[in-house]
Amino acid sequence: MLELRRVTAGYGHFTALWDITLRVEAGEAVAVVGPNGSGKTTLMRVISGLVAARTGELVFESDSLAGRRAHEIVSHGIAHVPEGRRIFPLLTVADNLKMGAFQPSARKGFAESLVRVYDLFPVLRERQKQRAGSLSGGEQQMLAIGRALMSRPKLILLDEPSMGLAPVMVLRLFDLIRRVREEGYTILVVEQNVRQVLKLVDRAYLLEVGRIRMEGRAAELSEQDFVRKAYVGL
Amino acid sequence: MRPGRVAGAALLALLALGPFLPMGGMRQYILHVLIQILIWSFIGGAWSVMGRFGLVSLGHGAFLGLGAYTVTLLWNFYSLTPWIGGVAAAALTVVVALVVAYPCSRFQVVGHYFALVTLAVGEVVRLLIIAERNWTGGSLGLSLKPATGDSLLAMQFADKRVFYYASLVLWLAGLWIWYRVDRSMARAAMEAIGEDETAAASVGIHVTRFKMGITMLSAGLTAVGGVAYAQYISYVNPDTLAGIGVSLRIVFAVVLGGMYSLLGPTVGTALTIALGEYLRVVFGLRFIGMAETIYGLLLILFIIFLPSGIYGSLRDVVARFVRPARLASGVR
Amino acid sequence: MIDPIFLLEAAVNGVLLGGVLALLALGLNLIFGVVDIVWIAYVDLVMVCMYLVYFLVMVYGWPLWLAGALSVALGALLGLGVHLLIITPILGKAPVNQLLATGGLLFFLQSFATFLWTTDHKTVRLALPILEVGGMFLSFTRLIAFAISLVAMLGLWVFLRRTYIGTAIRAVSQDREAMALMGADPQRVYFVTSAVGGAMAGLAGALLIIQYSVHPFFGAAFGPLTFMICVLGGLGNMVGAFVASFVMSEIISIGGVVISTEMGYVIAFVVFIVMMFARPGGILARRG
Repeated sequence: MLELRRVTAGYGHFTALWDITLRVEAGEAVAVVGPNGSGKTTLMRVISGLVAARTGELVFESDSLAGRRAHEIVSHGIAHVPEGRRIFPLLTVADNLKMGAFQPSARKGFAESLVRVYDLFPVLRERQKQRAGSLSGGEQQMLAIGRALMSRPKLILLDEPSMGLAPVMVLRLFDLIRRVREEGYTILVVEQNVRQVLKLVDRAYLLEVGRIRMEGRAAELSEQDFVRKAYVGL
Repeated sequence: MRPGRVAGAALLALLALGPFLPMGGMRQYILHVLIQILIWSFIGGAWSVMGRFGLVSLGHGAFLGLGAYTVTLLWNFYSLTPWIGGVAAAALTVVVALVVAYPCSRFQVVGHYFALVTLAVGEVVRLLIIAERNWTGGSLGLSLKPATGDSLLAMQFADKRVFYYASLVLWLAGLWIWYRVDRSMARAAMEAIGEDETAAASVGIHVTRFKMGITMLSAGLTAVGGVAYAQYISYVNPDTLAGIGVSLRIVFAVVLGGMYSLLGPTVGTALTIALGEYLRVVFGLRFIGMAETIYGLLLILFIIFLPSGIYGSLRDVVARFVRPARLASGVR
Repeated sequence: MIDPIFLLEAAVNGVLLGGVLALLALGLNLIFGVVDIVWIAYVDLVMVCMYLVYFLVMVYGWPLWLAGALSVALGALLGLGVHLLIITPILGKAPVNQLLATGGLLFFLQSFATFLWTTDHKTVRLALPILEVGGMFLSFTRLIAFAISLVAMLGLWVFLRRTYIGTAIRAVSQDREAMALMGADPQRVYFVTSAVGGAMAGLAGALLIIQYSVHPFFGAAFGPLTFMICVLGGLGNMVGAFVASFVMSEIISIGGVVISTEMGYVIAFVVFIVMMFARPGGILARRG
């Protein structure tokens, strides 16, 4: 579904990603794990078009994404839930979801998508008239995911969904992401919480200082001593 | 001696000999333009003392007007010599600057907000001058009471050459102050503030005190510039010496030249004044407004295409050709 | 001592002035909130639109409403033009350069207007009656201008609340990048915003020319006031700008009657400066 071949990217004179090759198959859930500053967020931003790749190829369902800007990539069916949630704090919950369906193809199915999102996250239905900024951290993350679903994507990019959440909330959130997955969405997730995320996904990549160091099935990867020591915290 | 210094010395010699060079019948006019350039360069330099540290003021017209009007009113009504009046004007301006700048700094009024607060201050001074028309002549302006003949005490001279040398000295003093500020310890500190307030504060720099110091210095120098201008023109007017128009003109000249270099304000001021005079001569009385129209258009173009100023951009280009090695090593 | 009826009259006139000021402030604030640049020359665009209405009505004999509609269109066009020609090249540059580029436009428009139309004051006179209400004299023209401003602002409110692009405009002013991730082209949102902001300038021009005479330096008279209102209300904060318009117009109107016109403005500006210090949290909170 999504394939990156030898992608290099960065900011100014700084190169954050070197030679990244990565693929996500339809229906899969894939994780990218790695320490802070390893380039995980940059990777997500390259896929969603916020950062332009310098070299390499990005292909999504046989369309090349190279040179596409962020607002064009959404219409291909990729929704990016950015790091730090980035909801619109002064807009109501309902308006935030409305913005998720901004592009014309999503607007047509707006009512239907809305019901789906509200069924998945009932708390958003209860709070639809509230300002998004007044929600708790967990609720804001649900809103961010719900907003992404409103664009009727095929692939969802989740950047650090558990960041800044209380441990109880983290568990609930991963449950919810699992349910999103069961709805048939393909997911590419970046996480610090390696232990939890490896339970969720099929495959994982280990990113370190901008390069992919390891990849494999989630079950196998968690066995690796290296990963366990460095990131799982055992 | 480095080539830069030789050029500097040559320029200085030329400026010193200026009034005695043969200029035919144009002498008075050329001197007049040069005096204006020197005084406004000094004022531009005063602005850039704070402007380059991220304190973009759109209200320097307030300081200019305060300086010019204080000294003129003191002379006209109390016959107080501009030598003392000028000091009083600068002192008053510094106090006003303090009254505005302290809360600005204390309450973190920065960026757009700082620019607009200072703009309001400029308008307040302009409107006060107009409102107090019994004293100030309102929007008609006010002429300096003439002294009998040349008078050092009254700072009035018939010969433009006196003003020329006086403004040359003023300009050099301005450059010297700019240079000292640039070199002082404050420089590193203030640049850190320009980049990031909290970061600078966390390394123990007293943000408020530095901002105060720079603002007071800048305001005081601007007031002195206003005094000099008033003495030279011997006429003050609220629209040419206070308010948004003149404030923007000062900033324009500096940004056009480049506010991060010693000679930037001078280059920018010289160019804008020369351009204005040239257009005025070309169009004369035929197309009123045309000269200013072209001036405005050029300003927009310069700012779009030469964002770091004429002098700054030129220097960048030269540096790129002359010292590519040093530039490359500066890259992270 | 001033007769209370004059104070009341001044207060009512203040409200009427506030309506048109609010229109200006909302237009400018809309653009600031989205594009993050203060258009120093905003009120000079209004001045150009005022001239348009003047010429259409007084020279070519058009009906006022049609000239007004054309003024709105010209405003929108000017807004687009300013965005495309001046703002787009300097997006992301140093804030001082952004201020100055539109400041250059101010010089350009002022002097070009001087060149084309001289510094004479020009007026559109309407043969509308002065109403006498309980001893107060109120201009019917001003009442109409006020009513139209209110309707226009209501229209803006509905646009920003109810339409996709309007909501997107509010969203962009909160998080530009996130809105790109929703599939909104930032350039397109900027265009729409600049056109709407410009159209409001055009409408304000049509409403101002029937109350005040126009001259090339009209912008210098209303410009600073408009910026102050925006800052007082909170840059980008529409409701705040609306309220601030009436606060400022009341101060100017009543101050003008009690002391003098200039002192009315002086007090308004001083209030602005003091408020910047006294209520920085309230005013600055959103931009933190």
